[in-house]
Amino acid sequence: MSRIPLPYNPKVMDLFRNPKNLGKMEDATIIAVAGNPACGDMITFYLKINEQTQIIEKAQFESYGCAANIATSSIVTEMIKGLTLQATWTDITWQKVTEEIGGLPSVKFHCGVLAVGALKRAIRKYFHDNDGGEPAWMPKENTFEEKQALEEEELANTLSKGLKPEEEKSP
Amino acid sequence: MVENVKELLKLHELITQQVYLDNENSSLVPQEVVDTMLPYFNKIACGNPTLTHKPGWEAFEVIMNSFQKISKYVGAKNLEEITFTPGESEANNLAIMGSCFAKKSQGKKIVISEIEPINVLHTVEMMKKFGFTVTKVPVDSEGFLDMEKLGDAVDSQTILVSVAAVNNELGTIQNIKEAVQIVKDKGSQILFHTDATDAYGRIPLNVQDLNVDLATVSSYKIQGPRGIAAMYLREGVNLDRIIEGQIGTQKLWPGIENTPLVVGFTKASELVFESFEANVLKMRWLRDKLVDGLFCELDDLCFNGPRGEKRSPDNANVSVLRAEGEALTIELSLKGVYVSSGSACSRRLLQPSHVLVAIGRKFEEAHGSVLMKTTRYLTEEDIAYVLKVFPEAVNRIRHIVGSTGV
Repeated sequence: MSRIPLPYNPKVMDLFRNPKNLGKMEDATIIAVAGNPACGDMITFYLKINEQTQIIEKAQFESYGCAANIATSSIVTEMIKGLTLQATWTDITWQKVTEEIGGLPSVKFHCGVLAVGALKRAIRKYFHDNDGGEPAWMPKENTFEEKQALEEEELANTLSKGLKPEEEKSP
Repeated sequence: MVENVKELLKLHELITQQVYLDNENSSLVPQEVVDTMLPYFNKIACGNPTLTHKPGWEAFEVIMNSFQKISKYVGAKNLEEITFTPGESEANNLAIMGSCFAKKSQGKKIVISEIEPINVLHTVEMMKKFGFTVTKVPVDSEGFLDMEKLGDAVDSQTILVSVAAVNNELGTIQNIKEAVQIVKDKGSQILFHTDATDAYGRIPLNVQDLNVDLATVSSYKIQGPRGIAAMYLREGVNLDRIIEGQIGTQKLWPGIENTPLVVGFTKASELVFESFEANVLKMRWLRDKLVDGLFCELDDLCFNGPRGEKRSPDNANVSVLRAEGEALTIELSLKGVYVSSGSACSRRLLQPSHVLVAIGRKFEEAHGSVLMKTTRYLTEEDIAYVLKVFPEAVNRIRHIVGSTGV
């Protein structure tokens, strides 16, 4: 059972109740997913990118997860609208997302991390799929958020396969 | 943080109807129980029951009466077999740690089921620090204990076995009598403890018939006040105290007896047992209405635990697929329906309810689980309201999920 009290702030609650930019986007330039249902935490971002200017014209999301997951995904779509891909990559960090949403309980920081991980995965995928390849400003190595998303997905897979979680191994 | 909670509560201001179904985690104390308790705070029996004055003797009489009643309701031989503790966690800790410390020279092995409640699970885990080992016996897909594996797990080193009579999340009614027989056949000196907190008041329970050495029953789980529980210990079995202090009327738990809470627990027990059959019928009727209604209104649900006679009459545990449990509990709360979930959401470790995982539920099924328990104080109108808002809540959360993860 979820035992930790989660005093979500009004902004989180507002975006949970009335999420902005919710839903599938039919004409998305790029779609990226992070997390998986086994984590209880999964996000899909749909980005409409102007190929000339590399500006994000439209961003939408769908989310399987808790209130924090829904709210952070929603605020990310708000924050990146009108930004170039480069600006998005450099400026949007999980700390900034958390700040923008007015703070999260510490056990929910990973929601912001996963949202930014999904976003960076989308941008990386965009350049991968394009002939030009990755631009110079994009690090070859996965960023912290991308790594965390991967780690979360792997952990959930390991756990679903019946291996004992760390907590059980070392009480 | 507190400011946020104030804002959260404000969001609930427009609620017109409320239904409390989270009786797993706390409960509403009915007015008749509150009224019975009130005089004991400041009118009568306010003394320490071991002291030689009127308020003390009054308290003594009240406490003895409660020992008598609770011992009768659990089927104990005499009232000395009952110890009141400040809650079920304390009772389970006393049962487990007290047994282990008293029997440490005879062996170091504890056997439990995989689906024991957290206050048993964490307590045996802690006993490892004192050199004890723990073996967890698996259960089947409905939460029934594998009796063969129980027999295999119990050996000459085993000093204690603990299996709940009714699983708190699934409502699974274990065959404790058979489990005790298997254990005692291996060694009559091995102690058998059962957490009977979800059995007390819901199914017929008799510690002598079950032949258990220790049992835990709890007040809030039968709509008595929180902060009080009782442990049964068979006469002649020795247990170590786990906390020290001034010994009062009970040798296993020091400190001044909490008379108002003892009175509340006793009153709640009386109300349950005076019309046991009718209470059980009502809980089951409401529970079945709730579950049938949900399955009628919604698709992609799965039912957790057994159906029929081998399930506790109050327990409903349903996994809502394509919806995450924490989001659902919040959405339902905003509509005045209070439930809990086995979702892992509040934990970075991402592991949902160990009980649902043990019966083979996939993680995504466990994350969407909703646990509800009915009481005799709920009405048909309450359930009708739940059946109205629950599908709305699920549909909104599923709308946010969209095609993600499908």
